[in-house]
Amino acid sequence: MESLWLSFRLAACVAVILLAIGMPIAYWLAYSQWRGKFLLESVVALPLVLPPTVLGFYALVAMGPRGPLGKLWMTLFGHGLAFTFAGLILASVVYSFPFAVQPLVVAFESVDPKLLDASALLGAGKMRTFWRMILPLSLPGVVTAVVLSFAHTLGEFGVVLMVGGNLKGVTRTVSIEIYDRVQSLEFGAANRMALLLLAISFAVLSVVYAVNRRLWTPWPAK
Amino acid sequence: MAELAAQFEKQTGTKVDVTYGSSGNFFSQIQNGAPFDLFFSADIDYPEKLEAAGLAEAHTLFRYAVGRIVIWAPPESKMDLSRLGWSALLDPSVQKIAIANPEHAPYGRAAVAALQAAGIYDQVKAKLVYGENISQAAQFVQSGNAQAGILAMSLTLSPGMSGGKSWPIPAHMYPLMEQEAVMLKSAKDKDAARAFLDYVQSAPGQAVLQRYGFALPPARKL
Repeated sequence: MESLWLSFRLAACVAVILLAIGMPIAYWLAYSQWRGKFLLESVVALPLVLPPTVLGFYALVAMGPRGPLGKLWMTLFGHGLAFTFAGLILASVVYSFPFAVQPLVVAFESVDPKLLDASALLGAGKMRTFWRMILPLSLPGVVTAVVLSFAHTLGEFGVVLMVGGNLKGVTRTVSIEIYDRVQSLEFGAANRMALLLLAISFAVLSVVYAVNRRLWTPWPAK
Repeated sequence: MAELAAQFEKQTGTKVDVTYGSSGNFFSQIQNGAPFDLFFSADIDYPEKLEAAGLAEAHTLFRYAVGRIVIWAPPESKMDLSRLGWSALLDPSVQKIAIANPEHAPYGRAAVAALQAAGIYDQVKAKLVYGENISQAAQFVQSGNAQAGILAMSLTLSPGMSGGKSWPIPAHMYPLMEQEAVMLKSAKDKDAARAFLDYVQSAPGQAVLQRYGFALPPARKL
């Protein structure tokens, strides 16, 4: 079950990083008046439509010694980025990006503009308005973003296959392990792991939908 | 295989569609009803298991080639492989060595066997990264993410890998990698399939295989 634990750590790291970088980007996408905004929106949505093999292939090339990322990483740390846990995190952040940003944008946009005007009139700065008004009102969206990026990374396969190198405890995630078991015709072991992953994914998604339907609120209303 | 298909098409006008992938993967797919006509495996176990399972046409099994493996390094590598041989893998500039996954890829098993025969398996074990199949292992080295690999000679002679450095591993250091083909029960045009099998066994077909780094199968009665 080492691989499952590895997938959990990967998914957790990616969810945290995506929340941190997703919020400012989503904020900008939600409130910017720039006419070219659609371009950035398209870029954000790209990982949704690109096959993981394309992302994985580009990631592998970018991380290689001839790629910009690989060169930078080599100078900083003295080794390549492919076949490392850090490399997996980086590739997964790109891969799961829309799953974090899009729910945040929707949540930010649905905050009543009148409230924002009122907040500004009462003298609150943009930061204060964001932390005290927008973010609390967007909590279901934030939960969705975190849980979806977590779950999406947990089930990631193609990108990890392309850049991981299948190293035990480092890059052999549960989806790769399942694939290996199937390839080795060990269907029993594959089945057990697949079922476990299925159950976990179902539980995680149930949390999202429960929160969204307000059947259960992680932060009780005051 | 692309060359064989092209030559056969030129001769007979029959078009051959080739699907590439790992032998183990196709084995599972064929067991589950994949509609292929012929199956060229990188080993002899999978086709024989298919025959035992009654999924292959009787008397169509034949050994079409013997795979060879080489140590390969990308063009920018400064190592002189022909002088270094095995010790190239111990070179400090080699941080990662790509091989196919020995759990389910015949070329990966051969690579591990050869490393063990050379007596350096324990020394390089920590450097190994696993491709899902031999082509992916080749991609890891070609992109420079791994500084060396143990690859199928046939792959290293393909155009995408030109310019690389190569050292053929002596054949006595790994088990004979006989590769077997078989016609499947699901074949739609059995005459055309048989004609292609015959072509691969013919002198021109075998010449193509030799040009791409395969050895001829030892003469034997099937």
